[in-house]
Amino acid sequence: MSNFTRRGLIKTGATVGAGLAMPTFITSPLAAYTNAPTGGSVTLGFNVPQSGPYADEGADELRAYKLAVEHLNGGGDGGMMNTFSSKSLTGNGILGKKVEYVTGDTQTKSDAARASAKSMIEKDNAVMITGGSSSGVAIAVQGLCQEAGVIFMAGLTHSNDTTGKDKKANGFRHFFNGYMSAAALAPVLEARYGKDRNAYHLTADYTWGWTQQESIAAATEAKGWNTVNNVLTPLATTDFSSYVAPVLNSGADILVLNHYGGNMINSLTSAVQFGLRDKIVNGKNFEIVVPLYSRLMARGAGENVKGIFGSTNWHWSLSDEGSKAFVKSFGTKYGFPPSQAAHTTYVQTLLYADACERSGTFNPCGVSEALEGFKFDGMGNGPTEYRAEDHQCFKDVLVVKGKENPTSEFDVLEVVEITPRAQVEYSADHPMFAGGALGKCNPGA
Amino acid sequence: MKTISKADMRTLFFVAIIALFAPLILNPFPTESGWAQFNAGYPDLMQRFAIYGILAIGFNILFGLTGYLSFGHAAFLGVGSYSAVWMFKLLSMNIIPALILSVIVAGLFSLLIGFISLRRSGIYFSILTLAFAQMSFALAYSVLTPLTNGETGLQITLNDPRIFAAENISGNLPVTSLFGLEMRDTWTMQLGAWDFQFNIGYYICAIFLLLAFYISIRIFRSPFGMMLRAIKTNQTRLNFTGINTRPYTLAAFVISGMYAGLAGGLMASMDPLAGAERMQWTASGEIVLMTILGGTGTLLGPVMGAGFIKYFENIFSKINDTVLHGWFSWMPDGLENVIVWILHLFTGKGWHLTLGIMFMMIVIFLPGGLMEGISRIGKWWKHRNAKNNNTSHTSSTPAE
Amino acid sequence: MDAILLQILNGLDKGSAYALIALGLTLIFGTLGVVNFAHGALFMLGAFCAVSLQKLMSVSKITIDPSQLDFLGKPLKVKTPYVVEWFGPKFGNAIIDWNVPLAIIVAIPVMLLVGYVMERGLIKHFYKRPHADQILVTFGLAIVIQELVKANFGANPIPTPAPDQFVGSYNIGALIGLDASYPYWRLIYFAFSAIIISSVFAFLRFTTFGMVVRAGMADRETVGLLGINIDRRFTIMFGIAAAVAGLAGVMYTPINSPNYHMGMDFLVLSFVVVVVGGMGSLPGAVLAGFLLGVLESFASMNEVKGFFEMLYLPSIDQIIIYLVAIIVLLTRPRGLMGKAGVMEE
Repeated sequence: MSNFTRRGLIKTGATVGAGLAMPTFITSPLAAYTNAPTGGSVTLGFNVPQSGPYADEGADELRAYKLAVEHLNGGGDGGMMNTFSSKSLTGNGILGKKVEYVTGDTQTKSDAARASAKSMIEKDNAVMITGGSSSGVAIAVQGLCQEAGVIFMAGLTHSNDTTGKDKKANGFRHFFNGYMSAAALAPVLEARYGKDRNAYHLTADYTWGWTQQESIAAATEAKGWNTVNNVLTPLATTDFSSYVAPVLNSGADILVLNHYGGNMINSLTSAVQFGLRDKIVNGKNFEIVVPLYSRLMARGAGENVKGIFGSTNWHWSLSDEGSKAFVKSFGTKYGFPPSQAAHTTYVQTLLYADACERSGTFNPCGVSEALEGFKFDGMGNGPTEYRAEDHQCFKDVLVVKGKENPTSEFDVLEVVEITPRAQVEYSADHPMFAGGALGKCNPGA
Repeated sequence: MKTISKADMRTLFFVAIIALFAPLILNPFPTESGWAQFNAGYPDLMQRFAIYGILAIGFNILFGLTGYLSFGHAAFLGVGSYSAVWMFKLLSMNIIPALILSVIVAGLFSLLIGFISLRRSGIYFSILTLAFAQMSFALAYSVLTPLTNGETGLQITLNDPRIFAAENISGNLPVTSLFGLEMRDTWTMQLGAWDFQFNIGYYICAIFLLLAFYISIRIFRSPFGMMLRAIKTNQTRLNFTGINTRPYTLAAFVISGMYAGLAGGLMASMDPLAGAERMQWTASGEIVLMTILGGTGTLLGPVMGAGFIKYFENIFSKINDTVLHGWFSWMPDGLENVIVWILHLFTGKGWHLTLGIMFMMIVIFLPGGLMEGISRIGKWWKHRNAKNNNTSHTSSTPAE
Repeated sequence: MDAILLQILNGLDKGSAYALIALGLTLIFGTLGVVNFAHGALFMLGAFCAVSLQKLMSVSKITIDPSQLDFLGKPLKVKTPYVVEWFGPKFGNAIIDWNVPLAIIVAIPVMLLVGYVMERGLIKHFYKRPHADQILVTFGLAIVIQELVKANFGANPIPTPAPDQFVGSYNIGALIGLDASYPYWRLIYFAFSAIIISSVFAFLRFTTFGMVVRAGMADRETVGLLGINIDRRFTIMFGIAAAVAGLAGVMYTPINSPNYHMGMDFLVLSFVVVVVGGMGSLPGAVLAGFLLGVLESFASMNEVKGFFEMLYLPSIDQIIIYLVAIIVLLTRPRGLMGKAGVMEE
């Protein structure tokens, strides 16, 4: 019995098990994929942070989702559906089915996010999950959707890993990433602050922070900058004074804050309090850079953001037709302009609906095929392409800076430059994105 | 050793019946009705009920019996999850080796932490466990990223070694299984307007829950359990009689750590991902809440408390404004808006508020948790019946 | 040297917040024997006194200016705060600018009242209950307070800047021949907390009221037998503890923009501080607060981090507080200055 190894045993078990498991696949015998909509409606799952520190961004995402559903069902003024280059959406729901939705709370925790997404799939029969306001959550939910066989349209997630080493065939990201931020920022920084600069990095001590720091350091060093130091700060830090103080005498003349959310506000506030911006080092003005801006969050830093450079996926002050249409319908409905989180989630919903229409099915494999390599325009970011190799959208990136003379409480950032797509593009096998595989699309069931 | 008593047998049988028919009991509303929102009979939530039930039972062995309030139990849950996922990555997708390793690793980890923390008692013990748990969280979230994958959480991927698994040709991620029985397989029974989901993963969890429950009964009734209770009542006196209590408390700590490890392993088996937030102190706090809410020191209480909190987290948080408007659309517009405005503070994104209020109410009015509430109702009912029958039957069964 | 001086200042600054919260926690524990998990929430409420006052002062008269357009292309609604309207732009804007110092005046009565209501309405009923119950009910209360604040003010931090005069930094190192500028407001925060801490100590030490309270802390029953209404005094002490936490919160707002979970962020650390200092010891709480603050600051220095990395302990700043707590508790069973028999049942 040379065959009687442990592995053999498991294999035998597997065949027996498969035999036993066979009759359990009668969930719905006719469906070729998970949660195929049967009635006159189709359910989408909006999984956003409603509690925890990102609740306000989650709330804005939810507003955008509701608006998108309204437009898809033919209500409102149609928003970006009118400017979208693909004309298959008619305000008649998706494939003639009325769009309904369920919401859930990710709590910005991967466990809670997965639990919430699972209940949407198992209980509410959602055929697509979208949302998220952090990369950890996005990657966790993306993995779940791959296993369950539904499409995941990522919300606000900026880590290289989402479409890099953790990419999945059922997951799609419209938002930009750390590499693109760096590629867009570096030339602008070079133009404003010169070639000969010494940068000091403060980096949030977890995967997103590391990937962004790596990207920014590489891009700025290519422009002749020198990275003096990179200090990792614990996520739970609330008072950054003890990390900021050593910058004063480090010989650096640039401080890069690879922080997001509450961390960003607190570290920036500390840096400004310590008078860094009034300092002159090596005969140059000391400058601070915040590579990833969120307008909602930047508001929390008040006056401190004025004149500070960063990048963002989209901003409401853009004057192209798509952005104007979106700002108009969002602003009319809610009374204030949308955030970049709202924009990306709205666009993702429309893109998904459009892909369903074009492929004629809700089957994740069909939708995925329709999205892969899809080129479109009129969604606020100029000509955009969903690259087939890694399911990342490639489009222009905005370099922004804190506005000096804001006219209203929403007027926090001003767009400095629209970096063209070609400049932020990278090859699918770039080392910063290596180590993962898309796998095959999974229709589940 | 004395075998299990009749009353305990009845409790165990009761739990077994509930667990067996949970998919039916938890799905009281027809699928298409508006009330379907409140159904809890879907695989993920049922699995969570069972898993957190195990966790709370284990916690109760420590807190309920010895009175030592650990604020770091989530660390063991997390360690269990990480070990299980590593087993899935390295060996195979079979859950048995994963569960064995997670119990062992959590046991060793709790032995280490318990050995140090149990040198102190009272709030000092609580803070020591809290400190250890927070340290573990910080390490898992960032420092030990190669081992834990940090913020993103440890997941299985296509190119893991999995030395005992068959070649993967489908291009899809493999799923966790027990000798071929896939954890995610669900058999849906359509019965009129109802859909009942019978999920393999859930029944595996339920079997472990019953096992955990049975062991906990045995511990409660054993001389060891008596000793633990004695420690809770008066440790000083026990020490004076020449008994060294440390080995007993340490044993209780390790047992409850192993329960947490099992829960963590099961969690990873149902859903192969281990995230660092599982180890945060708020997660430990949640375990404490579950136990207290249900009833500390009782057998059934912690399981009920766990179910209660998980139900809230998953059901209440999904009631958004649109749903509320749907419910009250029959009202006149003005009134509808007022009612929805009031309720939306407490549902959807406000579910934490409701949880906080309920929790305070229970601590204030029902210090014995839900179990006390049940036994009070029981007493009241008996009392009423007794009055009606005009008999003087006043004995009541102890709440357990 | 400059760097070390800066880190000492940073440590004292962080320590100020820890010490103020821990002081209040210890006061409540020492007088009432209650472990108050809602103390972080009181700190947060204090900070939101400043936010509320700011909101109140920016209540504006809306005039429509057709010459400017808003983001939808409609005529811009120009807001003029009523305060500016009434007191003229110069004085009115100065009042708005001085929001945080003014909030102190508002916060004292508000927090005293909050503390009073909390004690009479809830805590009072928990004296005879186990410590675990006290922890749990106050923890529940903390969640409720936190969620109410979030429902009202949102989840994002709200900027509450210091008055213009205090923006910028002062070269404090120059006093001892070094070069180390330190932000004004942080210096003020440290001085402020030193004043508060010493006045609490002076109050307990030199007033009759304080004497009775200290006697009550030592032996509540006997003091009660002497015909002194110790309960009422303890209630007032609860109010004072709440006010101390609240003031710590108000003054903290310019340092970090307040948000609804700032209380919880501080709570765990404050408990570690109290326990390291020794349950029930006021000087212990203050000492441990400053000590842990300074240690935390030093641990974040690159040189220190590098040193520990050589010992295979990377990211020491992540775990330093907990590590110190564990070591202290294992070597000094009752914390630095704790007394025997407190909270050990």
